[in-house]
Amino acid sequence: MSDAAPPSPEITDAERAELRRHGILLTSIEELYNWGRSNSVWPLQFGLACCAIEMIAASMARFDIARFGSEVFRPSPRQADLLIVSGTVTKKMAPQVVRLWNQMPEPKYCFAMGACAISGGPFKQGYNVLKGIDRYIPVDIYIPGCPPRPEALLHALLTLQEKIRGQTISGRGAPRYLQPDAACDYPVPEFGAHDLEPPKNPDVWRPPALVRREGA
Amino acid sequence: MSPHPYAFLAVFAVVAVAFPLAALGLAQLWFRLFQPAKPGETKNAVYECGLAPTGDSWIQFRAHYYLYAILFLIFDVELLFLLPFAVAFTALPAGALVAMLVFILMLAEGLVWAWHRGHLEWK
Repeated sequence: MSDAAPPSPEITDAERAELRRHGILLTSIEELYNWGRSNSVWPLQFGLACCAIEMIAASMARFDIARFGSEVFRPSPRQADLLIVSGTVTKKMAPQVVRLWNQMPEPKYCFAMGACAISGGPFKQGYNVLKGIDRYIPVDIYIPGCPPRPEALLHALLTLQEKIRGQTISGRGAPRYLQPDAACDYPVPEFGAHDLEPPKNPDVWRPPALVRREGA
Repeated sequence: MSPHPYAFLAVFAVVAVAFPLAALGLAQLWFRLFQPAKPGETKNAVYECGLAPTGDSWIQFRAHYYLYAILFLIFDVELLFLLPFAVAFTALPAGALVAMLVFILMLAEGLVWAWHRGHLEWK
């Protein structure tokens, strides 16, 4: 048996499940950390338009977002982990949204809830509506709908929890906020004479470019 | 030898101090090990519901407002005691009525004093 490969220190999922059946729970700090984080995502108590009504419905008894640990809507960004941009972001409101996002401590996540927050929605042609909050804020989950039902918001929360569980504390899978040199302040736009200044954050969003090929 | 009957208080005090200190220490340790600090100009700014902050958050309220608090208390306490008094009014002896009148008189005297001093006028 001298030519057999040495046993791997890594434990496979099957072995772990086998141990769990016998009442032994194996975990790592990373897993414990992500488990705690993913089950206590506290949203900011912040509604913009009709999507906020659906968000409120999701927090009430029928849909009960408390089942997933997110019932604690915080009235201050200092205690919030999740910004749900729930509704139309007018250009007058955009600086406030970005400032609130800046004032939330890391780690923080953002939902663009509804067509308006994603792209401007039915008001996309309007002069006063921001065409998607992702021009200033890195959005984690987009929730389509006009407005999305509370189930869609719950699904987005479950998807975010999956994303959090997949993050590592160090190494290549580490999220942005754990990298010492990554910036955390996003420029807050000003409500200018004609448009927001700057009209977008190029580090976060670039307009889709149309590439024409010769002979095509 | 049986423990002192108040020994549990000492144990309680030790646990009450040690538990939060351990939790805070653990959080600080986690911060030192893994979490790079990310301060920023906007992040450290005063929170004013997303608006651009104006001035400091450590503003002082004038101490003179205590008079309004006391005036409010007159009506508050009066209401608190008048309601059960009114509910049980028909079954009360004459002594209770006198006691209540004295009580209301004392409160009303305070109101008259404040009125006389001109504290009821909004400046």
